[in-house]
Amino acid sequence: MDLDFDIRADFPVLDDETLVYLDTAATSLTPHRVLHKMNDYYRKYSANVHRGVYRLSHEATELYNDARRTVARLINAEEDEVVFTRGASNALNMVARMLAPYIQEGDEIITSELEHHSHFLPWQRIAKERGAKLIFVPLDQNGRIQLQAFKNVLSPRTRVVALTHVSNVMGYLTPIEKITELAHAHGAYVSVDAAQSVPHMEVDVKRIDCDFLAFSAHKMLGPTGFGILYGKRKHLDAFEPVEFGGDMVGIAEKDTLTYQKPPLKFETGTPPIAEAIGFAEAIDYLEEKGLETIREHEKRLAEYAHKALSGLEDVVIYNKDADAGIITFNLKGVHPHDVVTVLDDDNIALRAGHHCAQLVMQWLSVAATLRASFYLYNTRDDIDRLIESLKRARDFFKDAGL
Amino acid sequence: MNRMENLYRQIIMEHYKNPRNKGLVDDERYNKSHIRNPSCGDDVTIQTLVEGGEVKDIRHEGSGCSICCSSASVLSALLKRRPVEEAQYISTQYVNMVSGQSYDTDVELEDAEAYQGVKQFPARIKCATIAWQAFEDTLGGDDDE
Ligand SMILES: Cc1ncc(COP(=O)(O)O)c(C=O)c1O
Repeated sequence: MDLDFDIRADFPVLDDETLVYLDTAATSLTPHRVLHKMNDYYRKYSANVHRGVYRLSHEATELYNDARRTVARLINAEEDEVVFTRGASNALNMVARMLAPYIQEGDEIITSELEHHSHFLPWQRIAKERGAKLIFVPLDQNGRIQLQAFKNVLSPRTRVVALTHVSNVMGYLTPIEKITELAHAHGAYVSVDAAQSVPHMEVDVKRIDCDFLAFSAHKMLGPTGFGILYGKRKHLDAFEPVEFGGDMVGIAEKDTLTYQKPPLKFETGTPPIAEAIGFAEAIDYLEEKGLETIREHEKRLAEYAHKALSGLEDVVIYNKDADAGIITFNLKGVHPHDVVTVLDDDNIALRAGHHCAQLVMQWLSVAATLRASFYLYNTRDDIDRLIESLKRARDFFKDAGL
Repeated sequence: MNRMENLYRQIIMEHYKNPRNKGLVDDERYNKSHIRNPSCGDDVTIQTLVEGGEVKDIRHEGSGCSICCSSASVLSALLKRRPVEEAQYISTQYVNMVSGQSYDTDVELEDAEAYQGVKQFPARIKCATIAWQAFEDTLGGDDDE
């Protein structure tokens, strides 16, 4: 199936036909269907879940529980392994908090310079608290995590391996299955940041066999402020909750409490109900289009864009061999913010900055970059428009003497 | 003048290419302020020498977009050798101008007038004001580094 046509009509933001949206890696657009579904919750059965015994609450609870089943199906998890969170950042922080008590002085935590701040800063913090060492997998000359480099840093002291599945800057796919296997052989836990993979490819937590995996709804056509923490059931049973309050508790007494079973054990307070229901609708939509079809589509676009960008004088591409639909680049001699202002003037939305990944910026020895990222609603026409606008930016700043 | 030309005036690009008063000095008498915009990486350090109620010297260093770097240069040229209070007042007028608020149009902003266009680009106001913020910090008298 070719996704090049018709899809745009599903996305209200794209009613503006002149808009070219190339910032999905930051957040994706939301289709009508998802918006309707969330609206329906507030219009038709707005009620708390798990609590009321009346009909409306029951309906809301049903839909909410269906959402958990939908997410579990998507990543091939069991329902009780799917914890609803406020997003990937929240989920990754929870993992660090859950594992913290098991980290001893001198233990090693392996991470990488490709990590988003949300997957590296929590571990930087835990390492400080527990007297553990943060070890960075040396990246190869293209900025990739190679299995051999990982083997070289793996040691009997490795307690945690915290790595991204797909880098939000370089678009590289980490060989996570093999890494997990090796890490487990050394008795280490594996936490995977899947914020950029689950939206774009089929991810199977059983095949990866990781201990934890996190992603956000808003990067895959769903609402903001909602995300998923997958955790192996045995861990969710064993680890202590990180937040306390309503919903996670079984029996509360003055000086004791019992916990609900996972996943509720890790969910405190009234949850984002509309968001959960909306996210499930987004997943249904993506599955109807087919994640592999979407991936193929993005790949074709990325190839097309790479070719076009490479043909442009003064463009430096930092991730020529990316696996995902993410292109990170700069226009020589022009600061990315200046470029993006010209693109914006042509109604092209694209990210300039460090993309919440300052370590990889340091690795690349640049202060900031441009980043174009693609999804199912992007077309070749979008890329042609981008190229035209980049030419305009280049000529404009050349004329200005840069 | 199209929107881009209105933002990127010649004077701005000229200061960007040939910045005045660039480079920090190793002199304890200077107050220093370093501001970094975490969202975009613009990074500016301003040093001022204040003596007898006058801004005797302004130095700057940093990296960032043309709007940010040029405005540090413009600022240094405009506010050097002014009484502290006057420099402060002019700085406030400039910041108000670029952020689209009312300001005292009688004040001679000289090259800084060129930043008029910024108010039409809300995403760039931060770029145009970060050096000025750092400058105002140095007048507070506290050395933050
Ligand atoms: C790789 C990666 N990890 C984590 C996150 C954090 O996601 P959120 O901001 O939804 O918590 C992002 C999004 O910016 C990301 O790209």
